[in-house]
Amino acid sequence: MLTYIIRRLIGALAMLIVISMVTFGIFYIVPQWAGATPEALASRYVGRAATPETVHLVAQKLGFYDPVVVQYGRFVKGLVAGAEYDYGAGVEQCPAPCFGYSFISGQPVWPDLLDRLPVTFSLAIGAAIIWVLAGIGVGVLSALRRGSFFDRLSMGTALAGVSLPIFFTGMITLVIFSYGLGWTAPGGAYTAFLDNPAQWAYNLLLPWITLAFLFAAGYARLTRAGMLETMGEDYIRTARAKGLREREVIVKHGLRAALTPILTLFGIDFGLLIGGAVLTETTYTLPGLGQYAILAIRNQDLPQVMGVVLIAALFVVIASLVVDLLYAVVDPRVRLS
Amino acid sequence: MRRKSALAAAATAALALVLSACGGGGGTPQQPAQSASGGAAQPAANVALSQVFNPSTKKGGTLKAAHSSDWDSLDPADTYYGYSFNFGRLYWRTLTMYKPGPGPEGATVVPDLAEGLGQPSSDGKTWTYKIKSGLKFEDGTPITAKDVAYAVARSFDKETFTHGPSYLNELLDWPKDFKGVYKTPDVDYKSAVEATDDTTVVFHLKKPFASMDYIVQMPMTAPVPKDKDTGAKYREHVISTGPYKFETVEAGKRLTLVRNDQWDPATDPNRPALPDRIEVQLNVNADDLDNQLIAGNIHLDVPGTGLQPAALGKVLPDPQLKARTDNPVLQRLWFVSVIPDTKPLDNPDCRKAVMWAADRVANQTAFGGPVAGGDIATNVMPPPIKGQQKFDLYQTPENKGDVNKAKEALAACGQPNGFSTTMSFRSDRPREKALAEAMQQALARVGIKLTLKGFPASSYFSDYAGNVEYVKKNGIGLAAHGWGSDWPDGYGFLQAIVDSRTIRPAGNYNLSVKNPEVDKLIDQASAELDATAREKLWVDVDKKVMEDASILPVVWAKALLLRGQGVTNLAYNEGQQAYDYILLGVQ
Amino acid sequence: MSFLDVKDLKIHFPTDDGLVKSVDGLSFGVERGKTLGIVGESGSGKSVTSLGVLGLHKGGRARISGEIWLDGEELVGATAEHVRTLRGKKMAMIFQDPLSSMHPYYTVGHQIIEAYRIHHDVSKQVARKHAIDMLGRVGIPEPARRVDSYPHEFSGGMRQRAMIAMALSCDPELLIADEPTTALDVTVQAQILDLMRDLQREFNSALIVITHDLGVVAELSDDILVMYAGKCVEYGAADDIFYRPEHPYTWGLLGSMPRLDREPTERLLPIKGSPPSLINVPSGCAFNPRCPYAERTEGKATTVVPELAETEGGHLVRCHMSRAERRNLWENEIKPVLETQ
Repeated sequence: MLTYIIRRLIGALAMLIVISMVTFGIFYIVPQWAGATPEALASRYVGRAATPETVHLVAQKLGFYDPVVVQYGRFVKGLVAGAEYDYGAGVEQCPAPCFGYSFISGQPVWPDLLDRLPVTFSLAIGAAIIWVLAGIGVGVLSALRRGSFFDRLSMGTALAGVSLPIFFTGMITLVIFSYGLGWTAPGGAYTAFLDNPAQWAYNLLLPWITLAFLFAAGYARLTRAGMLETMGEDYIRTARAKGLREREVIVKHGLRAALTPILTLFGIDFGLLIGGAVLTETTYTLPGLGQYAILAIRNQDLPQVMGVVLIAALFVVIASLVVDLLYAVVDPRVRLS
Repeated sequence: MRRKSALAAAATAALALVLSACGGGGGTPQQPAQSASGGAAQPAANVALSQVFNPSTKKGGTLKAAHSSDWDSLDPADTYYGYSFNFGRLYWRTLTMYKPGPGPEGATVVPDLAEGLGQPSSDGKTWTYKIKSGLKFEDGTPITAKDVAYAVARSFDKETFTHGPSYLNELLDWPKDFKGVYKTPDVDYKSAVEATDDTTVVFHLKKPFASMDYIVQMPMTAPVPKDKDTGAKYREHVISTGPYKFETVEAGKRLTLVRNDQWDPATDPNRPALPDRIEVQLNVNADDLDNQLIAGNIHLDVPGTGLQPAALGKVLPDPQLKARTDNPVLQRLWFVSVIPDTKPLDNPDCRKAVMWAADRVANQTAFGGPVAGGDIATNVMPPPIKGQQKFDLYQTPENKGDVNKAKEALAACGQPNGFSTTMSFRSDRPREKALAEAMQQALARVGIKLTLKGFPASSYFSDYAGNVEYVKKNGIGLAAHGWGSDWPDGYGFLQAIVDSRTIRPAGNYNLSVKNPEVDKLIDQASAELDATAREKLWVDVDKKVMEDASILPVVWAKALLLRGQGVTNLAYNEGQQAYDYILLGVQ
Repeated sequence: MSFLDVKDLKIHFPTDDGLVKSVDGLSFGVERGKTLGIVGESGSGKSVTSLGVLGLHKGGRARISGEIWLDGEELVGATAEHVRTLRGKKMAMIFQDPLSSMHPYYTVGHQIIEAYRIHHDVSKQVARKHAIDMLGRVGIPEPARRVDSYPHEFSGGMRQRAMIAMALSCDPELLIADEPTTALDVTVQAQILDLMRDLQREFNSALIVITHDLGVVAELSDDILVMYAGKCVEYGAADDIFYRPEHPYTWGLLGSMPRLDREPTERLLPIKGSPPSLINVPSGCAFNPRCPYAERTEGKATTVVPELAETEGGHLVRCHMSRAERRNLWENEIKPVLETQ
């Protein structure tokens, strides 16, 4: 078991290295193929009226004249051993893990990531609770009443939920519930949980529900299909033959088995969300990792992009490891080796 | 967002010493809130263009603003956005500033830190500003001329301050070994800017320059205390000189400003400083921002570039919402460069064929129509430029082009059956793409076949349309282009896009005007001392360019701005090309 | 009245394609300590019968009629909740294929404990002790250790024993075993059958063994019911069925019975064709398309449903042929063939 975890962690590290190299490569090498010079790269980070001299200075400061390998080495060194940042009037120590400083704002990336993680986590955890409860609940009921009005209504809604983009549902819900009825917080509202838990929940309610709706739909469909399959299994008949109450048959025997594939999906979904609920955060103006990722990419701010990509990848890797470990707990037939 | 023109080149061009009419005018302070005529304005479209809407002197409350993106920097040396110059005046003061308030006067400059406008030396190469007494930083330290000179000197370092304009880098006579106040702290920069005493700032220019009062209204002259200067990190806490100071700066998330109790209103007749507190939310979803502005959750859209397409569809059909809008014409032209380097456009008649064949209405529609896009442009200078005259050398029925005249021009240039060429545009700008398609359709009517090529905006001028070698090699005949000026005079608008002597191998903004007669007129206009005569000469430059047929004007850009609910003292300022942020109050 | 008395049991399923008459007028009875074998090909309705007795026929869509009397109590008209309380306690079932019939995520012990605690208000410790005891009684070595094993960790035979332990955990008075040995190899089959016989004696329960294999019931059953297309075609004491069978279908089953002295693939009297669809049961005698003697009935085979009639002392047969004709065929044509070799 321990060796398994260690092996997986080593694999994860290797994957992160590959991801960082690919990201770096996309950033530097692809423009080079297209013929971009170091100055062309640097011209992204200056005001529009910058003179060629300014662009040259910036290219020099950002190290664009060095070979990509050297630049990558510098990045890795910063991560492992920290780096120094010259802000003109002095030099700042950037302790490891140093993801560097934004090309645009000059802000260190790592504190930004730490600062934004709780927002994304708050969004993800609340939404996850809602979508898991709602999705599984609706899915189970639909499966047990297959073909009923409830089943058709909920599966129709689920289809809509999967199909509607969040930037659409997000805007609609804001206009109706926040600006129209005044029930929920306006876009851009966020309070840290530790500052005021009630306000935290109030501000996040609409994003939670909107995001959960998207996922709940998929989970409902998956749960329904899983339940329909497991409820036809022989061991369900056995459970009934033992005289078990129907509710226990459904929950203890049916749902337990139907949930296993959902666990996998949930792990990956949740990991991805922690890496940044891009659309939800952008739509509702939540200062989380997803919004950060979008801004970083829009600004072509490599240190920020690297930071957010690696953090997101890390969470996905951790999530998949946790799922695999949980899988072994949930399904005794699975043995990790 | 105001276009940041490459007017760095402006500084290097020879200029006779002239005091612009607006620059030399009054320095009489005026309370803008009182300048509104006749009580409360009724909510109606465009009222804030000509008067102060909802005038008020009531202090207090919180002004809630939002920004769909983020500042390039809050550091006065490191920012170059129109909204930033506008908003910055809440926490910085510069030597001069645009006169606050509505109407054409808003495009004139008045003193701010300075007691009066700049005093040029007789050779026009030295400008002296006297600053007021009783000025203080937010920490109570007195502001002296040294702090202004230091601020100007620190803005020189473009490696540290990559975003700010570089006018002063080019204009002032910097010592050869000066690399900025951080890298060469011991080099004396008094050959460029110096404080001769506590209240006198002197600028030494390489060459005479008339529009210095326009230059020093830019934030490079906002004082910075040397002992609080933290270089690239100063943006995290700028020391205020204006009526507000930063309470919090959370990069990418929000800013909060509160009253600066060290600011003395007696020294500042221009800023009513009505709200107690100003909150700005950053990176707000642009569509949500419009919705919040409509709903009244926020008072102000900081970038002030106008409503998003989604909100336009909601606002325009609704009379009540439409009454809350202002639709000003900006100092900005969208146009098509008709490039004489590419055959057969080297022949003026072939260029004229393009002028005649273009469908101006279709072009305007491509750019968003008369409200969101702009007015059909018939010449180069936009109306808000001082002394601009509207004229039309290529008048066609209903502005839809004249096929016959175009064919005559084609015959005259020896291409009676038309010709083929390439048109470039910025592929990430849907309006330019639509423009290119409209041009393709219109020109096909006379046999001119266009091949359309889109390029990324970030390298459009450095690698493609603004790169002489690329244009020649790839036969680019037409290029979609846009230009706005940093200050509203003929030089400010025209020089960078029509003076052929600014053309470099790459990174050009003048893509097509290579006419010695135009250059001659530019020199003449720059040397003209009399403001009225000079303005007329700039109109002549405009006419010459139109005769040269190397620029096809498309629209003079307009923005559709929405007045926030509960906002008082709101007026559109010509100088800022936006609502005047220092006037605003809340109910 | 017997301990279990089933009278005219009908279980029909309406489907989109038509009415599936899985069980169509079946009557039988079993006493305590006795064993009834129900034999038929798959699809003959034997499994549905057993599920019907337990009240487990699928969903609310099944139409059930007739009477099921268990120890003097009628079950068809009883509430679902009442039948549930009897399930597992008074009547229990051993399913075929214990790998799929036991929940893969719970230990064997957990599943037995659960079965016991449904009907006995005891602590988990007590139930666990009981489970270990039961596993020991069905012949699982080291039951205290194996109680915590998962079904997939058991061999096929062990699983079947565990399944039996689970079914017997509440000391049921009626035990139904559905193909209890189908998934097992021959030696294990014999062990399981021995075990069931022993346990039945020990618990004195009524046992119903459902199988397609006459060989299985041969060793266990007191009475045998042969089912075809939802109906009983022959019923009698085990000796009647093995030594004096009168229905051509029973002859076919006897002929296809695997025997240790024959190659398993060798079939002496194979039944041609396949079992009929339960939606479109052939008119007349349901067996007529496959019956080699159908033409001897003067056309009645395809038009008239034969009655289940007593041929002698409790031996019932559903056939149009006369008793004499059937006996003649058995004595002269069938029996000699079965006895060759």
